[in-house]
Amino acid sequence: MTLSAKAPLLELRNLTKTYGTGETAMQVLKGVNLTLPKGEMIALVGASGSGKSTLLNIIGTLLRPTSGAFTMLGQDLFTASDATLTEFRNRHIGFVFQFHNLLPDFTALENVVFPTAVRDGFERTSARRRGRDLLDLVGLGDRVDFRTTELSGGQKQRVAVARALMNKPELILADEPTGNLDTKSAQQVMDLIKAVNKSENATFLISTHDERIAGQCSSRVEIGDGHISW
Amino acid sequence: MRYGLKVALRHLTSNPSQTGLLVFGVAVAVFIFIFMSALIGGLADLMVNRTLGGQAHITVKAADRPLPLLATDPGIEVLLARQTSVRDDTGIQNATPLLPVIDGLPGVTVSSAQITGGAVLIRGERLRQVSVTGLSPDRVTAIIPFDQYLQAGRSSLTGDRVMIGATLAEELHLSVGAPITLRTDQGNLAALRVSGIYATGVGGLDSAAAFLDIKTARSLFNIPNAVSRIELKLTDLYEAEAVARRIVATTGLDAEPWTQTAQQLYEGLKAQSDTGLILKLFALITIVIGVASSLMLTTYRRRPEIGIMRAMGASQGFILFVFVSQGAIIGLIGGVFGAAMGLAILTPLTPKGDVAAGQLPIDVAQGSIGLAILLTMLGATLASILPARFAARIDPVEAIGQ
Repeated sequence: MTLSAKAPLLELRNLTKTYGTGETAMQVLKGVNLTLPKGEMIALVGASGSGKSTLLNIIGTLLRPTSGAFTMLGQDLFTASDATLTEFRNRHIGFVFQFHNLLPDFTALENVVFPTAVRDGFERTSARRRGRDLLDLVGLGDRVDFRTTELSGGQKQRVAVARALMNKPELILADEPTGNLDTKSAQQVMDLIKAVNKSENATFLISTHDERIAGQCSSRVEIGDGHISW
Repeated sequence: MRYGLKVALRHLTSNPSQTGLLVFGVAVAVFIFIFMSALIGGLADLMVNRTLGGQAHITVKAADRPLPLLATDPGIEVLLARQTSVRDDTGIQNATPLLPVIDGLPGVTVSSAQITGGAVLIRGERLRQVSVTGLSPDRVTAIIPFDQYLQAGRSSLTGDRVMIGATLAEELHLSVGAPITLRTDQGNLAALRVSGIYATGVGGLDSAAAFLDIKTARSLFNIPNAVSRIELKLTDLYEAEAVARRIVATTGLDAEPWTQTAQQLYEGLKAQSDTGLILKLFALITIVIGVASSLMLTTYRRRPEIGIMRAMGASQGFILFVFVSQGAIIGLIGGVFGAAMGLAILTPLTPKGDVAAGQLPIDVAQGSIGLAILLTMLGATLASILPARFAARIDPVEAIGQ
């Protein structure tokens, strides 16, 4: 399926994913076709066990599909090596997880800068400057040197959003980004994502089963029984 | 890799009690390594000095010459025990040009050409069979450090002077300046005066030996040109066999290293050294197991973080580097700390002079401190490879999902 007439960011063709082999094999994705345009904010909706996370992990190059075609930014990611996928992920994909998943021994700024520092081999001054700007953007300019253990749940998730933006990725994958937050914090995070979507022109694919979150996205993709629909 | 080091250090400093305990464990193992090296080395020196202090490291003698087989009549069977060779009792001929050659060999510190023989020491009506050694007056203390053993007089052998052991002096009521006579089997006589009385602690030397000027010995034993033997001291006595082989190849003479003349001591030292090696190996194994198990636990505990780092674009190589660096850092800090502990504890325990009764013969200079740090760092680094590989292979999807 194609969500809009905008230039495509990624394309999945007849994508399948099967866990295990033989009698215990379980096919989670059963021929997914999906084209995501640039700059959209798309909700990926489905019940638990519908394959949302599997699809998100495949698009995030963390998991390899069993068959089909997978291209992003014109690059074939189905046959790419692990090293190529790692580098691609670092440069073009950002992640926001349900449980923020920050590095606990690092400060807010160090967490944000991590994707650039791990690519460059050290923390450039320019990277730290951008990290501070992003923390300002998410409203945590006064929490730059705080350890993540000193931040609230909502603040941690905003740090995670800033980290996802650090390398200016074309695609940001958010897996239940508000699932662990209270209503107020959840809305703050969603407001932030919407603002970033507009200001950075980054594509967001947000996995959620919360209709209030899905309703705030520009498009919606539903997944069930290994197939997607809209 | 600078960033990898930063992450490694952050991991180590985030849990100071665990890291401190691990570093302390490594340091204790390093201390044991250094203690064993210092003790085994000091003990070896003590044994060697006590046993070989008054002995040559190599004794050079004339080569054996083969004896011809007895001629027998045809058809007659002869059953005999044959001595295959005999020592050339004329000694080393033309030793004078050989001495600079031997002195110049690498590892040789000093040589002493000697004339030896048996004689009877006569003091009034008392007689004693003694072993006589003629030494060059300028090398009296080259092999036996008589200066250390002197009880009376001086270690001087020019002219008619003779040095004897304390036991012999006591038995014959001899003191410094006392006249004695030496008589050989050939009937040659030498009238001498006691210049020094020594006590080496070695029975034969103290009770039945006399040392005199080599010139006097020449006339006493009718050896005008040759020398009976050349004794050598080496810088490294464990090189004795190699130097002896070189002397045989260079001079054609027979060279006997102390490892043959004092084979039991050599084997004892070797067994002691081997025991030390095994103990040091155990210390290293302790370090390797300690670091590996600790890092394995750390790796398991940090699985979600490793998953996040991988999701953020950290390569497997980066993760490997972070964890191997942790092992290397623990090894380095533990090694340096253990070495400092070794120096601080063992330096005051190192005897300043002779080892007193009940004192450990520790020699901190032989503690192999540099080697201990190097091996510890190497061992800890190697120990971290397995956990690091485990960390690098963690599936980020599974790890983040935890």
